[in-house]
Amino acid sequence: MTLREIKELLDAEVLVGHDQLDKEIKTAFGADLMSDVLAFAKAGSLLLTGLTNPQVIRTSDVLDIAAIIMVRGKRPSPETLRLAEELLIPVLTTKYILFETAGKLYAKGIVGCMERVDDERAFT
Amino acid sequence: MAAWKGLTTNVLSHEPALYENSFPVEGGTYENAGHVSSQIKALLKGMKISKEVVRRAALVTYESEINICSYARSGKIVLRVTPEHVTIEAIDEGQGIVDIELAMQEGYSTATDRIREMGFGAGMGLCNIKNFSDFFRITSEIGKGTHLKMVIRIDKDFDGI
Ligand SMILES: Nc1ncnc2c1ncn2[C@@H]1O[C@H](COP(=O)(O)OP(=O)(O)OP(=O)(O)O)[C@@H](O)[C@H]1O
Ligand SMILES: [Mg+2]
Repeated sequence: MTLREIKELLDAEVLVGHDQLDKEIKTAFGADLMSDVLAFAKAGSLLLTGLTNPQVIRTSDVLDIAAIIMVRGKRPSPETLRLAEELLIPVLTTKYILFETAGKLYAKGIVGCMERVDDERAFT
Repeated sequence: MAAWKGLTTNVLSHEPALYENSFPVEGGTYENAGHVSSQIKALLKGMKISKEVVRRAALVTYESEINICSYARSGKIVLRVTPEHVTIEAIDEGQGIVDIELAMQEGYSTATDRIREMGFGAGMGLCNIKNFSDFFRITSEIGKGTHLKMVIRIDKDFDGI
């Protein structure tokens, strides 16, 4: 699915990355805990989160996250947005809650970047 | 005391450094937390190193940087790139770690509410660093500070900067 299709599906607003909507997304990870994102999220995945501080952007940069969807209508601070612009990471916001956001994406074929944490925990 | 994973100290110290630099990290604040990691990642990206190695190096740097911001007064991150390895050292001045074995346990954390608000403090950082490094060593002196050393092996086809 492209980021553009995801935007439509989630009735989301694009805050950063209007020029990156053709990006192809296959997997996603959802968490409000950056510690968990760092331990489990895979490169190229979509990040669903309710956190909005600048560390969400830093974490995404480090992990090569393809784009961030802020759920529950969360809006990041100008500082967070500035950092996303600087590091070229798309940020979208949707009014859907995390569960609904994940469900809608899953129904369209986006899968988790891993199924269970005891899957082959390949450190990649 | 060092448990080298398939490497020896000799190999590393004899390798000529293609790049070496030290980056200061401010402790006790999140104002700039992560900017050294972003900087180091961008630097490594510009070298002919695989994406995978760059990502692992950025990840261990970031976990270390956040720990310095969270638990130390001040610190620095030293990056050294040789034809075969990326070495990252995180050296801080601070309270140190009383029980390293405990700190290394997944889930153990002394994070304050402020750290947790930022989305950290699950007690997974040090385990994550160990898992993503080919070599990892941690030493700490109570009341003085903590020293982490992480080495990531560069894929064979890397032929310099
Ligand atoms: N540089 C440091 N100086 C002093 N204490 C530290 C340092 N790094 C880690 N610690 C101690 O070790 C504990 C475990 O660190 P670790 O990075 O594994 O988890 P965390 O920082 O608590 O949470 P997470 O990294 O998952 O967000 C910390 O809570 C802290 O007590
Ligand atoms: Mg930590």
